[in-house]
Amino acid sequence: MIYRYNFAFLDEATKREIRRKILKAIAIPGYQVPFASRELPIARGWGTGGIQITLSIIGPQDILKVIDQGCDESVNAVNIKKFITSVTGVKTTTDTQQATIIQTRHRIPEEKLTKDQILVLQVPYPEPLRLVEPSEKETARMHAEGDYNLMWLYLYEDIVKYKEISIGARYPVLVNHRYIMDPTPIPRWDIPKLNMADNLFLFGAGREKKIYAVPPYTKVEPLAFEDFKFRVEDFTGKACVRCGSTDTFLDEIIDDTTGKRIYVCSDTSYCDKRIKERESKYVTKTYS
Amino acid sequence: MGYVAVKGGAEAIENAAKLLTYYRLKGKTEPIKVEQIMEQLFFLVDKVMGEGSLYAPKLAALAIKQSAGDIFEASFMLRAYRSTIPRLGYSLPQSTEEMRVIRRISAAFKDIPGGQILGPTSDYTLRLLDFELFYESKKKQKELIKNLFADIKYIEPIPKNLPHVVQILRKEGLLIEKLTTNGAKFVDITKEPLTFPAPRSATLQVMARGETGGLLLLAYSNMRGYGDIHPTIGELRVGYLPLKVKNPYTGKVFVVGEVKVTEAIVISKFTQDGDLPRFTLGYGLCFGHNETKAISIAVLDRAMQTEEPKSPSEDQEFVLYHVDGIDSMGFANHYKLPHYVTFQSDLDRLRKAQETANSHELEVNR
Repeated sequence: MIYRYNFAFLDEATKREIRRKILKAIAIPGYQVPFASRELPIARGWGTGGIQITLSIIGPQDILKVIDQGCDESVNAVNIKKFITSVTGVKTTTDTQQATIIQTRHRIPEEKLTKDQILVLQVPYPEPLRLVEPSEKETARMHAEGDYNLMWLYLYEDIVKYKEISIGARYPVLVNHRYIMDPTPIPRWDIPKLNMADNLFLFGAGREKKIYAVPPYTKVEPLAFEDFKFRVEDFTGKACVRCGSTDTFLDEIIDDTTGKRIYVCSDTSYCDKRIKERESKYVTKTYS
Repeated sequence: MGYVAVKGGAEAIENAAKLLTYYRLKGKTEPIKVEQIMEQLFFLVDKVMGEGSLYAPKLAALAIKQSAGDIFEASFMLRAYRSTIPRLGYSLPQSTEEMRVIRRISAAFKDIPGGQILGPTSDYTLRLLDFELFYESKKKQKELIKNLFADIKYIEPIPKNLPHVVQILRKEGLLIEKLTTNGAKFVDITKEPLTFPAPRSATLQVMARGETGGLLLLAYSNMRGYGDIHPTIGELRVGYLPLKVKNPYTGKVFVVGEVKVTEAIVISKFTQDGDLPRFTLGYGLCFGHNETKAISIAVLDRAMQTEEPKSPSEDQEFVLYHVDGIDSMGFANHYKLPHYVTFQSDLDRLRKAQETANSHELEVNR
């Protein structure tokens, strides 16, 4: 632990400001609360919003997990984890169920989170309406008036052009029947996990200086039409080459030697867990 | 089968950092001293302090050394360090007329009260490489300094209190009295979020922390033709401002130090102000000696007062959201991070769209 800095790096006044903004965000699900984002020793766009939230809510007893694209060992996740532990001294884990705070980029873990856990998401673009309107002043007005016509029109035109809604990740959702929210670039696969969840979701955009939240047991619906339903990524007929999973989000990889397309779980710690479980079952079966 | 590389991230990043340090030190020369950077690369130090938003010449020099001269990185280190220090209070408002001036010019008038003071400037130097500098030595340094002041018998002191040139215009009623401020509330954007329309205190603060190149680009676009404020430099001054702080208990005012700043005031085309047409103003102030930046800020300050913004430099959101070097360089570089998941999701959509297009074509051909 680096003792020359305050616990959790940020000064106490800053942490208090961020906590107040988090409380406001929880009170108005899906609403983007502006905050005076501080600079961190990690670059803008590399998770500084998420880190500021984590640093503001973390205590010495917390157990931290950090993932990037579902992976605990990804360089950016490792770097963030190293920074947070060096200024707090907290324990870390890769086990989703053990963690009290999970900071993530672009994924929600496969294992269901509980009411005692907080998922902190890093946000590159907090404004879902940026797709259709570049001005912040104008999008603020649209949110205030619930004027989402341009967004619906965008989706409609997409269908006219491609006969499909072409949005991959970052699929816009309606929170608590009120605000359209950017769920961050998580795959569509993870969108249903936001709906009526047991845990709290906090979203931090450092560069764009916004905090928003989805409290537990909040209705979160992806935008869709009656005849053009929301659909998650299709992995029919595919399985993870490591654990054999057919019910998780898979990363597509080109095998170095054969050049063939193979698939592995994006949530690496869950994948490892499954392999372990399978092995222990096999061991019990053979030796009992 | 090839193995999917998911482990080893921690070791890889540590080694990469070590390798970077090795690259900085592998040469045969002596390590650069922080003091040398402070004394001899002062323009660079000033730039880093401005963009890093912290007036700390020694720390700025350290950051320049540590980052091996990458200004974005150096400013970024200073900003990050800034986040760890609580803001204990605010200094008292300070008129720049009390500046300890080292340079002060006006392009609007030939002669000005107090005189044109060129000061240390490269404006009228020929930009020819000086090969003599290859052989600079301590001895030559001393000689040069001796010769420099040899013929000068008496140096006329610069007046302590230099009135602003634009005051002349103001007295004659040629200048608009009040600038559009979007509400007079003082906003500190390091503690409060930036919201739009932003008050002038916020816009000037954002630009003072802005990246010189970014500010210049937008200001230049206005000067060149995407905008029409047609600036004249009413006054440009460089010097030291006293930093005054009030004792919260006794109310006594103390001078706790001084900061070097550059101030630019541009006079712009006139507009109807109440009953008469009057000249308008743009104002720029930044840390250190950085004239390009101060002028760019002043031009943009004026451009953003345009009532119906048409070009990017006149649009407050466009300017203020895009001039911060720390924000923009961070985001540009974040694209190096893995994006497997989002890309996978996009692939899924593209394949589906192609499938739909193919089946539609079949139907048409049938």
